[in-house]
Amino acid sequence: MNPTANAGCHQSVVSIDDVFFFYENKKVIEHLSFNILERDFVGLIGSNGAGKTTLLKMIVGLLKPSQGEIRLFGQPISSFKDWERIGYVPQKNAFNPLFPATVREVVLSGLYGKKRMFRRMTKADQQKCEEALYVMRIEDLADRRIGQLSGGQQQRVFLARALINNPELLILDEPTVGIDAETQAGFFRMIRHMHQHHHITFIMVSHDMDMVQSYIGPEPVQKSGTLSFYVKHTHEPENCIETNLTHSMQQLREQIEVLS
Amino acid sequence: MDIFTEYFFQRALLGGLLIGLTAPLMGVFLVLRRLSMIGDTLAHVSIAGIALGFLLHVYPIGVGLIFALLASFGIEWLRRAYKTYAELSIAIIMSGGVALATLLFTLGKGFNINVMSYFFGSIYTLDNTDLWVVLGVTVLVVGVIAFNYKELFLMFFDEDAAGVSGLPLRFYNIMITMLTALVITVAIKIVGALLVSSLLTIPVACSLLIAKSFRNSVFWAVLFSEVSVVGGLVAAGTWDLAPGATIVLFLIGLLIISLFVKRGLRL
Repeated sequence: MNPTANAGCHQSVVSIDDVFFFYENKKVIEHLSFNILERDFVGLIGSNGAGKTTLLKMIVGLLKPSQGEIRLFGQPISSFKDWERIGYVPQKNAFNPLFPATVREVVLSGLYGKKRMFRRMTKADQQKCEEALYVMRIEDLADRRIGQLSGGQQQRVFLARALINNPELLILDEPTVGIDAETQAGFFRMIRHMHQHHHITFIMVSHDMDMVQSYIGPEPVQKSGTLSFYVKHTHEPENCIETNLTHSMQQLREQIEVLS
Repeated sequence: MDIFTEYFFQRALLGGLLIGLTAPLMGVFLVLRRLSMIGDTLAHVSIAGIALGFLLHVYPIGVGLIFALLASFGIEWLRRAYKTYAELSIAIIMSGGVALATLLFTLGKGFNINVMSYFFGSIYTLDNTDLWVVLGVTVLVVGVIAFNYKELFLMFFDEDAAGVSGLPLRFYNIMITMLTALVITVAIKIVGALLVSSLLTIPVACSLLIAKSFRNSVFWAVLFSEVSVVGGLVAAGTWDLAPGATIVLFLIGLLIISLFVKRGLRL
């Protein structure tokens, strides 16, 4: 519960300092202080209305805390500009399934945040897109419309879109809602592999207590109202060394089973 | 057949082609946001503004535009107040607009004929000012969409993710709202307030059936729309029919054909 950043390679990625959030005079979140370090895996569990989504939205700057402060990579959110350091995988139903975009268009749009207005997409950008498609094993689906895919395939598209920027923080908002159990298990294996072998910090909101506890441990490190925080630190010093990304991405692809 | 060489018909064709380009461009975004009915609503409120313009002897389309802008902000505001009932805000503003227009008609009994032409469109009476206004709006809309294509894609596909990537959502929402009001107001003169939403939505409805990608769907929507404008005007000129009506019926014809083609390919 110490909100200051640790020494060494474990820098603070998200620091939440005495945050309150009121919605229509109701306290959704109160007195919340929490610090997420580099390469942590944070599982957020809570019942409906516990403030999971509210907290996520505050972390990514979509909502402002009523009181208190949130810092990303040491910077206050109001002055934070490096949004490409953050990847975001939404709930399955957050997008319009009738939207006629192809898988390739959706993955490429991960780069649009920093390619504004007059800046054109380059060959290198297209290349990054093909790599992300390859790593997630969705290259064969690249020209299909996103709405025609299964839930599990769609989630891999959104992961590819998030990974195209090589994010340092990956935020997953109930990533497996509406996906069958077998695909869920495959998805979690993939996420675990990414956490163990890549230089990525994870925040995952989930209703799946079993999965979170089996990876992180049975006890939450902190509770705030009905919101529980499960944290798995990655302490081993050798893990501080940045992994060769291309190499580990290849490993990741090998890990990903082809889901029908 | 002489009608095609007439000056007024050529103006109509030019104005029609310009609107045929901008209307589906805006329509793609509105349909994808499930705001297909916004065109109707803004058009009805715009009519109230046009009536007021006649009453005050000010350029009617200008006043109509101000009314449409106010209405579009009203819709956004109500949409936030009734989050889960987005269509409710549209219904409220639409009936408000019609009521206001009716009220203004009774105040200025003499101009009813003039205002009627805005209900049903009067593409043959486009004057130079109208054409310049339509051209200006077209350049603006095409320019804004071309330069903000990536931002608009992000935002309309998944608004939360767009916010996370640092996109100023409020700015873009206001921009789209204002452009929509602009396009609808100038389109009223072409197809009339009662039919304006058809130019925004039916080309998109056709393109969504066959488009393979987002870029592709924008292209097809514009193509369907332009083909209908030309086809509709030629039909109107040949058989002396109301051009607004022929354009819309041409669009619906294309939609039916697309539906059959799509079904045929599936079998």
